[in-house]
Order: sequence, then structure tokens, then C-alpha cells
Amino acid sequence: MALTDKELEYLTETAWKIRRSIVQTTLWAGGGHIGGGLSQTDILVILYFHYMNIDPQNPEWEERDRLVLSKGHGGVGYAPVLAEKGYFSGELLKKFNHTGSPFGMHLDRHKVKGLDASTGSLGHGLPIAVGLAMGAKLHKKPWRTYCIMGDGEMAEGSIWEGAMAASHFKLDNLTGFIDRNKHCIDGCTEEVMAIEPIKDKWASFGWNVLEVDGHDFRQLAEAIEKAQLTTDKPTVINCLTVKGKGVDYMEGKPEWHYGGLDTKMAEEALKSIDRLYGKA
Amino acid sequence: MTEQSGLTYSVYDTDHMTPTEIYGHVLAKLGEERKEIVALTADLAKSTKIGKFGDKHPERFFNVGIAEQNLMGIASGLALAGFIPFVSTFAVFAALRAGEQVRTDICYQNLNCKIIATHSGLSFGTAGTTHHCTEDLAVMRSFANMTVIAPADGFETANAVRACVDYPGPVYMRIGRGFEQTVYENENYGFQIGKAVTMHEGSDITVIACGPCVLQAVEAARTLKENQGIEVRVINMHTIKPLDREAIIEAVNDTRKIITVENHSIVGGLGSAVAEVITEEGKSCRLKRLGIPDIFAIVGQTDDLYNLYKIDAAGIIEAVGELLGKEVEEDDDWEDEV
Repeated sequence: MALTDKELEYLTETAWKIRRSIVQTTLWAGGGHIGGGLSQTDILVILYFHYMNIDPQNPEWEERDRLVLSKGHGGVGYAPVLAEKGYFSGELLKKFNHTGSPFGMHLDRHKVKGLDASTGSLGHGLPIAVGLAMGAKLHKKPWRTYCIMGDGEMAEGSIWEGAMAASHFKLDNLTGFIDRNKHCIDGCTEEVMAIEPIKDKWASFGWNVLEVDGHDFRQLAEAIEKAQLTTDKPTVINCLTVKGKGVDYMEGKPEWHYGGLDTKMAEEALKSIDRLYGKA
Repeated sequence: MTEQSGLTYSVYDTDHMTPTEIYGHVLAKLGEERKEIVALTADLAKSTKIGKFGDKHPERFFNVGIAEQNLMGIASGLALAGFIPFVSTFAVFAALRAGEQVRTDICYQNLNCKIIATHSGLSFGTAGTTHHCTEDLAVMRSFANMTVIAPADGFETANAVRACVDYPGPVYMRIGRGFEQTVYENENYGFQIGKAVTMHEGSDITVIACGPCVLQAVEAARTLKENQGIEVRVINMHTIKPLDREAIIEAVNDTRKIITVENHSIVGGLGSAVAEVITEEGKSCRLKRLGIPDIFAIVGQTDDLYNLYKIDAAGIIEAVGELLGKEVEEDDDWEDEV
């Protein structure tokens, strides 16, 4: 079902709050992968605040949907989502990256409630998600597994091992997302290691392939629902996103893959986000 | 083995089945009782014998093709979904090709995955260095949360496979290619993960061995006793981690001379683990590590390689003679010098 205006408004408001929280958290953390943290935001928001069947009061509920952030460096963008969803207090984010804190750049499922897998080493998340989806099939349970991958991560061989297995085992309960922000650490993906034609690659591996504007909730909703209706094969949604989305001085800049903020930069970033959402 | 023999293996069975075959049968049988057990391999169902589980429980058996990183990743996903995955491939691929997945996906997440790695050490001698694995103990025992087991023979493999099902967290077990002889007469000797077994009593010198080298050590001890009256204590240190420190300290106190023997590099394996305990204990002790020296082993028949690298009975006898001729400083004298 298409999103209602009210649902769209709720998701937009949530995304605004979370983008602000990502900036705050990056400031508290002394630095973080803010560029990719902001490009993945809308994918996480629509999953956690609209589609995923989860209970923040019971994070280990067996029937819950699972999400694996294969681009594990997105932790600084992911923890604020879990806090907003109610897994833990947002106050805890003030300790992000501090010695002994539950939160670091790459999140640990033993320390962060709501996390279904510890990730960080690229190329690992999709195979874990494949195992989870196989587990749901073995249990004969309807819960779904979502896996968000980075585009730079497409250069990892293990992604394609997982891709091959997911279609081999007909995992229609698995939906992949590519955060196609077009950048990795050393520059543009197409200059560092070209991944295009990425849709053709996934299609040739037996996946149902969709493409959306990764910041458009209506397009994301339509694609996620198509994935849910697809049988006998997994779906991957190539989400065209902007690195640093919402902060004008970061958008599309590879140098903002990882960065630190001072108070003034954070203020400017918050103002930019407010302008994006018409809050200024 | 007959179907009626259930989980108990006899000499008849071990005469007719290799340790890897016993592993396959034990796992298949366990799968009947424990529905949460799943099994995975990477195109080595037949070679590792995990396929025997697949024959009995095809719905819980997954062959992921020649993709070891994916093998470990999928296993961790299945463990996160509540299953107990048993994963089998050759040791060199489990420990090295997929080493980071084992470390990060399985050990860091402290998942209930049991890796049964076959063709370890030089057991696949003729396959050449690409298929030897003389580094896995060093790598695996350095991973936090990991339990590391090297069973001596088929009986011990059966015991260890059963024991690890309910042993929490990740387990790495290294077995051979499947042609190893037995050292035990049956399974009933009180196998316990982390508890070494004294195979031969002795007070002159101690040989601490694991895997197929246990049989070599026992044969060496018998020969030395018969021919020279030398009393060699032989300890089967089947669990490399957690190590039975007490058995080592007791041997140091009783015999002051220790030889370790393993089908593994002398760097980082059983010998290193034993040396760490002895050094920390601070007791004077002569230690000789037998294993593959810091080289890539040559191609050859496994028995020939054992002889070449002196990890067979003859090599152990030679090392015992060498070490018995050496002095051990008394602890008191040593303290005076300090």
C-alpha cells in the first residue's frame, strides 16, 4: 500500500530528527562516518519506522524482522535510529566513541540493543543476512531480513558469494539495499573500482533488481512492497543517494566519508538540515 | 558400523571407519536428536564426510559451493537465527581463507558455530603446501571466545563432536584426512573439553602431544620403557584452548623435562601454548618442541613427512634421548643467581 500523506509526514519528521541526531552524535564522538551515515538515513527510517515488525521493548523477540547493516561503518548514522525507535536513550549517544562506551564506529550487538548483527568488516553483512534468511525459512517463519550494503562494498568478493547463494537458495524473504552514494574512502567508486553496470550484475546473479531515489519515501515504499511480493528470488534495491545528504557543505564530497565537527560546523550542519525540512 | 550401534563406537567400527567417517556418522546421529543442528560445507561434503549428515537430514544441510567466506558468514547468520551450525571444510580454508569471518562474524559475536576442519596439518601430505595446514592452531587459539580441539583419533573425535554440541560458543576442531590409526580402545575414558588425558605413566620425562601425534608418543613411550627402561609420561592435550594448565604444571614438577609434539608449526601451536604456561610458572624446565619447523613443508606421503619432521615415534625417541642427557638447573640455584 502506498504511503498515506500522514505516514509520509511522520517518516519525514523522523528523518529530520535523526539527521540532526547524527550531526550531534558526530560532534560528541569527535568524528565519524557522517557522509555515509546521512546517505543511508532514509532507508533505515522507512524500515524501522514503517515496515519492520519489531518490538524495542523486546529486542531479542524471535519473530522479529532482522536488519544487517553490511556497511557497518554507518554506525554513527544507525545508533541514532535505534535510539529514536526506543531501544535505548538518546542521552547515551553522548558517550559515542568514548573509552568503555557501548558505541563505537562499528556497532557491537552485544552492547547495542536492537542490533541484529555486529558488522564493520565490509563484505561480511550480506552472507550473515543470507544465513538469517535461510534460518527463517528453516523455522518456517514469516520474518524478513533486510541488508543494507554500501556501494564501495560491491568490490568485496564475499558480497558476490552471498549474492550467488541468496538466489541459489531462493531467498525471497531477503531484501538488499545498495546505498549508492557513489563514493568510497579514496574517491568516486567509478574511479577507485568501477562497479557499474551494478544493476546488470545483480540481475545476472539471479536477483530481482529495482532502483529508486534513496531519499524518496514513496519510491522506497513502492520498491519494498514489490520486494515483499516477489517470490522465489531475493530483491535488491539500488538506492540512488547523496553522500552527506542534508548538510550542504558535505553533499557529494568524498572527503566527508569520515570527518570530525567543531561546534560551529555542527551548527551550520543543523541549520542546513533544518532548511532541507523547511524548519529554518 | 551398524545402525544398531547407536552412538557407541567399537574397535570394529574404528577398524572400518576413519575418524572423518566417524565424525560424519556421529553428526548424522546427533541430528536425529537435535533439530537445531544444521550442517554446512563448501563443496567438500564427501571429502569431509559432513555429507553423511546431509544424507540423513537434507533439509538441514547446505552446500554453499566453493566460497568459504560465505560459508562462515551464512553459518553465523544461522546461529543468530537460533541454530547450531556445524561447518566443515579443509583446515587451511577454514582457518586462513575464511579466517576473518571466523574471527569477526563467529568469535566476536560469540556464536554457537562448530567448525570441524579436516585435512589439518600434513594429513594431506601429497596435496602439497597449498593444502597443508600447519598454522591453524596458532590462528584459532588467538581468537577470543574460541575453543580449540585436536582429537587424537576417531574415538576422541566422536567424543569431542558430541561434547561440543552443548559447549557454549564457537569451537574449532581439527581432524585429519581420515587415514589415522586409533590410540584409544574405546570411547570410555572420560573425555572432557579442557581436561588432558594421561596416556602413559612416567616420571623421567613428559611428552605432551595432540592429534595423531598422541599415538606416536604412546608408541615411543612403550618402546623406551621396554628397551631402555625409560619412564615417559604421555599426555594427550586434546584441547589446545582452554589449555589444561594443571596437567602441564604437574608434569613440570614431576619430570622437569617436557617434549611437545604436534602436526603443526612449532610457531604458535601446542608447543607455544605449553611454553607460555611453563614460563609463567617460573619453574626450571627443559622444553623441546617437535613440530614442523618454520618452513613450508615439502610434498610427500604423510608418514614420510612425520618421519622427516621428527613427529613420529622415532623422532620422539630421539628427542627423549637428547633431552634426558641435558641438565636442568635446580630452582633454588637459579634463585641464588638472581
